[in-house]
Amino acid sequence: MYEGMVTARRYEERLQEEYLEGKQPAFDISAGPIPGELHLAAGHEASGAGVCIHLRDGDTVTAPHRPHHVAIAKGVDLKRMTAEIFGRETGLCKGKGGHMHLFDPDVNFACSGIIAQGCPPAVGAAMAAKKRNTDEVAVAFLGEGAIDQGGFLESLNLASVHDLPVVFVVEDNDWAISMPKERVTDVTDGSQRANGFGLPGVRVDFDDALAVYDAAEEAVGRARDGNGPTLIEVQVHRRMGHFMGDAEGYRPENDVERASRLDSIPRLAEDLRKRGVDDDGLEEIRTRAHERVEEAIEWAKEQPEPKPEAALEDAFAGPPEGAAEPPAAAETDGGERSDGPRITPGERSGSDGGEE
Amino acid sequence: MAQQADAAGRELTMSRAMVEAIAHEMREDEEVFVMGEDVADYGGIFGSTDGLLAEFGRDRVMDVPISETSFVGAGVGAAQAGMRPIVELMFVDFFGVCMDQIYNNMAKNTYMSGGSVNVPMVLMTAVGGSYNDAAQHSQTLYGTFAHLPGMKVVVPSTAYDAKGLMHNAVRDDDPVVYMFHKRLMGLGWMPSPAGPKTDVPEEPYSIPFGEADVKREGEDVTVVTLGLHVHRALEAADELSRTDGIDTEVVDLRTLKPLDTETVVDSVRKTGRLVVVDEDYRSYGVTGEIVARVAEGALSDLEAVERVAIPDVPIPYARPLEEAVNPGVEDIADAIRATR
Ligand SMILES: Cc1ncc(C[n+]2csc(CCOP(=O)(O)OP(=O)(O)O)c2C)c(N)n1
Repeated sequence: MYEGMVTARRYEERLQEEYLEGKQPAFDISAGPIPGELHLAAGHEASGAGVCIHLRDGDTVTAPHRPHHVAIAKGVDLKRMTAEIFGRETGLCKGKGGHMHLFDPDVNFACSGIIAQGCPPAVGAAMAAKKRNTDEVAVAFLGEGAIDQGGFLESLNLASVHDLPVVFVVEDNDWAISMPKERVTDVTDGSQRANGFGLPGVRVDFDDALAVYDAAEEAVGRARDGNGPTLIEVQVHRRMGHFMGDAEGYRPENDVERASRLDSIPRLAEDLRKRGVDDDGLEEIRTRAHERVEEAIEWAKEQPEPKPEAALEDAFAGPPEGAAEPPAAAETDGGERSDGPRITPGERSGSDGGEE
Repeated sequence: MAQQADAAGRELTMSRAMVEAIAHEMREDEEVFVMGEDVADYGGIFGSTDGLLAEFGRDRVMDVPISETSFVGAGVGAAQAGMRPIVELMFVDFFGVCMDQIYNNMAKNTYMSGGSVNVPMVLMTAVGGSYNDAAQHSQTLYGTFAHLPGMKVVVPSTAYDAKGLMHNAVRDDDPVVYMFHKRLMGLGWMPSPAGPKTDVPEEPYSIPFGEADVKREGEDVTVVTLGLHVHRALEAADELSRTDGIDTEVVDLRTLKPLDTETVVDSVRKTGRLVVVDEDYRSYGVTGEIVARVAEGALSDLEAVERVAIPDVPIPYARPLEEAVNPGVEDIADAIRATR
């Protein structure tokens, strides 16, 4: 768990550095090797690690727009995830998804950029597990800002009324972009949202990874044993701006300081020391994590960029294995000028999904 | 262009121009208020409400929970109660969360009530890509909103237009979707092309809906477009006049509903050639609609037609992929050449 957290933290530090390259001195969101928005999760690591440690590859996780720590904890392929964030051909999604839209079906991980959007699909994965009589579970991660969203509340109800094996994990970092929690809800303990729907709600304070571990062990166990859903809210801290480039003019200085003071990683290190892990042991873990991150970033940067014409592929399911080449997408891009430099319909390669 | 002659020699970014119009309307009418995510302290992620909190306070510039169904729907309710809400949907892509309120309430209540109820509400929202934010944050969706009966749809391309159209939008007694392109707003972190920053008079003025603007006059070919692509089309037109001697007319639609068919058809009668450029998906969208209108209105004058739009795929993330689908200056220039 400690290694997962340290890996996630290091990963985000390195991503931040890479992201800011080409964006200095004047910040231009579309410049540099990683364009678009980048939402880092530094300060959220305890929830991803403490929950996912109880999960197997076959269990499903849906994460929100701040996904990296959860992805790492769930065992998403770090190299291909990094390549995706750099927009490379060998990325998890061939460069089509980017950092907010990572899909790794090998470990049943997905995330998305629309607030609370992952809740219903997690319920659906749990439904599939129940119908098929497996003991797989699904976990939906979301922010405390997302728990006012209808899709979340409807999901609680559906999961509860059908006793589905799903765990909702709310990461409460007090902020939804510039909106502090107290301005958008009168209920400080988000786990109370469970009360109206007849499922258990648990709150873990103080960003305590071991307490998250315990709460998640129980919730995941309950789901696996067929006893229905749980809502866990975990206190985390947002150490950075909402996205890279956010000047945080709305945020009091002491709040930033507090987030850094209450960091879960030194706290867990302290807990481990008390349990007899020595400093060398911790250092070894850190070194290993840093090396793994560096390797992933180096690998990603060496990967080729996707070819422009690949933009037209993958809108529909690829052909079944061994099937003949699909016809050119006559309906979707028919009539596209064939002399333009952009995309020639005839060039559409027939290899949708063929690389796997 | 003619309208801009009376501007006061004071250049504003598009976001400043929008805010100026909103602030003026709020001063004039107590019933006007703004609500949305991060519209107060943050001033709108794209600067569309920047500075309003300081002048009008939290009662009239309201941050709301992330719950689009509820606050967009509340906008409809407040409008029906006679207020004039300006509701911001941060990115148009998030419409999916609250589409029922938008298209079954906001757009239809006037009609369903036999005209006994009206919805004087502005839904303003950021559109467009070109900065690699992928499929859930880069759409324009002009066609989706213009497709809904009962909805007025506005898409400014310059600060001058943005202000005049905003005044008109707030005063309009019908629901208006005001779609601003992120890359035109004049944000430090998302550089704009030259063009959207224009002279803007200090006094209020209203640009009526349904009046397209000829942003560049030309004899040889008509380009019809809107939003960011007005500027790309103007750049292509300048390039072609230099390199190919083609004299391109650029028509900026400015409003999709109501649509100024006359200006478009008149232009094609003059040039005989039509290129429609849209940052929205190709099928069932603005390009098809404009071609249909021209076919209805000036079929015998029409010698060539080209459409440039996003092929029917979601917006990809990686730079080469997004550039491949988002019409660039060269794509527009090629389409113009192809009409000859
Ligand atoms: C439906 C929807 N509305 C608004 C947004 C814009 N948005 C992105 S992140 C965010 C704040 C989310 O806050 P929270 O859920 O607390 O997560 P955090 O960012 O703090 O991790 C908002 C409003 C969005 N992506 N989707």
